[in-house]
Amino acid sequence: MLSRDKRSWISLGILFTVLFLSLIAPLYASSIAHTDPFVSTLNATININGETKQVLEASTEGLGLGVTPIGPTWNPSAYFLGADNQGRDVAARLLYGGQNTLFIGSCAALLTISLSLLIGLIAGYRRGIVDSILSRMLDVIWAFPVYLLSISLSVVLLTSGLSLGFIHIGAGSIALPIFIIGIVYIPYVARPIRGQVLALREREFVRAAVGSGAKHSTIIFREILPNVMPSVLVFIPIMVALAMLTESALSFLSIGVQPPSASWGTIINDGLALLYTRPIVALAPGLMIVLTAASLNLYGDAVRDALDPKTRGRGDS
Amino acid sequence: MRKRSIILVSMLATATLLLSACGGSSDSNSSAGSDTTTKGSFAAYDETKAGGILKFVAAGAGGTLDPKVNYTAQYWQLYQASYDGLLAFKYADDEGSFEVVPDLAEALPEITNDGKTLTFTLRKGIKFSDGTDVTVADVKASFERIFTVSSPTAGGFYNGIVGADACLKKPAGCKLDAGVVVDPATNSVVINLIAPDETIISKLAVPHAVINPAGSPTTDAGTTIIPTTGPYMYKSYDPNKSLIMVRNPYFKEWSHDAQPQGYPDEIHYTFGLTATAQVTAVENDQANWGYDPIPSDRLNEIGTKYADQVHVNPLTAMWYLPMNVNLAPFNNLKARQAVNYALDRAAMVKIFGGDKLAAPVCSFLPPGFPGHEDYCQYTVGGTPEAPATAWTAPDLAKAKALVEESGTKGQAVGIVVSDDEVNKQMGEYIQSVLNQIGYKATLKPISGNIQFTYIQNTKNKVQISLSQWYQDYPAASDFLYILLSCGSFTPGSDSSINMAGYCNKALDVKMQKAMDLGLTDPAAANKLWASIDKEVMADAPVAVAFTPKQLDFISKSTKNYHFSKQYKMFVSQIQLK
Repeated sequence: MLSRDKRSWISLGILFTVLFLSLIAPLYASSIAHTDPFVSTLNATININGETKQVLEASTEGLGLGVTPIGPTWNPSAYFLGADNQGRDVAARLLYGGQNTLFIGSCAALLTISLSLLIGLIAGYRRGIVDSILSRMLDVIWAFPVYLLSISLSVVLLTSGLSLGFIHIGAGSIALPIFIIGIVYIPYVARPIRGQVLALREREFVRAAVGSGAKHSTIIFREILPNVMPSVLVFIPIMVALAMLTESALSFLSIGVQPPSASWGTIINDGLALLYTRPIVALAPGLMIVLTAASLNLYGDAVRDALDPKTRGRGDS
Repeated sequence: MRKRSIILVSMLATATLLLSACGGSSDSNSSAGSDTTTKGSFAAYDETKAGGILKFVAAGAGGTLDPKVNYTAQYWQLYQASYDGLLAFKYADDEGSFEVVPDLAEALPEITNDGKTLTFTLRKGIKFSDGTDVTVADVKASFERIFTVSSPTAGGFYNGIVGADACLKKPAGCKLDAGVVVDPATNSVVINLIAPDETIISKLAVPHAVINPAGSPTTDAGTTIIPTTGPYMYKSYDPNKSLIMVRNPYFKEWSHDAQPQGYPDEIHYTFGLTATAQVTAVENDQANWGYDPIPSDRLNEIGTKYADQVHVNPLTAMWYLPMNVNLAPFNNLKARQAVNYALDRAAMVKIFGGDKLAAPVCSFLPPGFPGHEDYCQYTVGGTPEAPATAWTAPDLAKAKALVEESGTKGQAVGIVVSDDEVNKQMGEYIQSVLNQIGYKATLKPISGNIQFTYIQNTKNKVQISLSQWYQDYPAASDFLYILLSCGSFTPGSDSSINMAGYCNKALDVKMQKAMDLGLTDPAAANKLWASIDKEVMADAPVAVAFTPKQLDFISKSTKNYHFSKQYKMFVSQIQLK
């Protein structure tokens, strides 16, 4: 049982904590840190222990070259994790970044799973020419490595946006990475679902429903879909984690979430320029990604085990 | 000349770090922070110090290798060691290199016909790196080639040559029979101008006026190697990998001031290293020098651990934001002025590396340049009518009010910047400022290899961009006339250096008057240039941000460092022994 699995509780605990912290980002920025994390404040100053300091401090050592953002103060009310090279509060951006990363990851995963379920059900149930056409379409997407396809689509659509019939997504909109990530993973989910539907299609209870003259929609939604759902449920956390990682990768490459908005990927990108002096700028979002992705995978495993009769049997004994 | 990417520069603590100059013309191996102050010619060639492979590294190549087309500081630095014109800027430290000396010509030209005729005599016995003689026919063909390949400065620098007008209109098959008259019997070259040009001597000393063989390609040579005359020739060029230069076997030093013999046996330029990898390579002595800006988080490290390998020099250059005066919202004067008021130049200096590396400015002509006057119209307490003496702080309230008054509030603005680290950070800052004053700004970072030409072409509808300008030659016209005259604006062209698309015919007349005045009364001309500077900035087609200094970080085995404002570090004079 899922409720008895410690892994699920630990992972859910981490996920809800991350989600909670991300949701309170506006409150943290405005009421605790008193900062706007989307405005460059290169000449800002802060007061630490009665001493006024520049947020971006000029070097006083050696030849006095370079300017370094202030490091972590560990004080939630003032640059808890320090500043980035625009003088912005890293902690506040980290929380806002979590909003975008989790939102894009979740929406993209839902898009992938919804479309995959639709394609898998139709292809597996209808078989024949419909299956052939849909499967070949999946093959086309499958032929490209996920990241290569995501990067290519992002580069092309980043400046122009997307106009597909009634779908209009503006350049720089976060709907763009959602759409791109949602599409590129479809074959990886649709194919197993199709396979499962093909197998279910031959099962006695489905044949009995067909024989009794039930409508196609009834067979699909009442007989097949409930039997596919456990697999779909297992896919959800895994796909959210994958989509989140892909979003972070795209944003890290400057082709996902666009500045001044933040995601964990963009913050790692910002931190890349500060690896030698302020590694925490890159490490903090990296750690958040690892924690969240690991928790999602852990939860996915727990769900899989809970829904798998063989594993469940072993677990109960 | 535009620097393809930023050179970080710094001013170092002078008293503690300045090395004494080694006697006028001798090696000026400057140490940490020493502004290179020695002037005059370099020491005579010392064969015992020759040899070795000079290794440069960069993130990317500088584009075409064609010296008549390339307009980047990255390759102009190499051209000085490989190609020659009739004239050249002197191999001398700092401002000593502003002096123009005869190169392939035997002497400076005899100027007659009220300044409209320049007569040169070509030196004899000089060969190209393919073994063929340099002849007056090559000289004439080289001037015609400026137009046939549509050199970026064909219209700005050389349009005063008789016949240039027709060549500008129809580059293919350009003939300058009346403009460049040569006589193989006497080896003379006569250049006829439509009108006197105070800066023609300097213009003939820049790489776009170098002499190439008459049979050189009639279009941009790209990666095709064109034979050289200087101490080095190009052996191979792969923009994705490397550029290899080797000694020119036919080179013999004919003028130590114009083209001295080089020290390294070979120069290897490797592309594809990130800026931080370049710093590490130089620290480990795996490379002698890296071209790209040193990442901000490595500056403190090199300024403390490797101080004696750091060289800092002032430049006559600027970082600025051209605003397209023909596109909304910057077709509105108040919108352009708002950007000028809103820019926190001190913040941009911080991004560049701090006040040891750059200084805020408002004027178009950089400090220390002919015609420069200290003034700032767009600062707290300053107005175009009553400028302050210097920039002190941004005036955001005034900027917001101007945006409101202009009726452009809420409009979308795209900022095009190069995609390297420093430019992107600058772009992000500019985006933040534009959002603060009421626009909906988006950042469009594009590859540094194409950004410079992209922002010039009106077809790309660039509203605002970030660019840099480094002097081609020491005259006010190189900034004001080249960057903002009507003649420098060519809609639909990648070579339209007037990125703002600014065309003020009354100011063009004034600029022409200043150039004419420069022939007879340079002081009065400079005063006129200063007033033109103010008039231009009142129209605000650009927002000037800061003037940079140059930081060269060299490896410990790199010796005999020399620097000039004209060509930066002298590549051929570096010694490895």
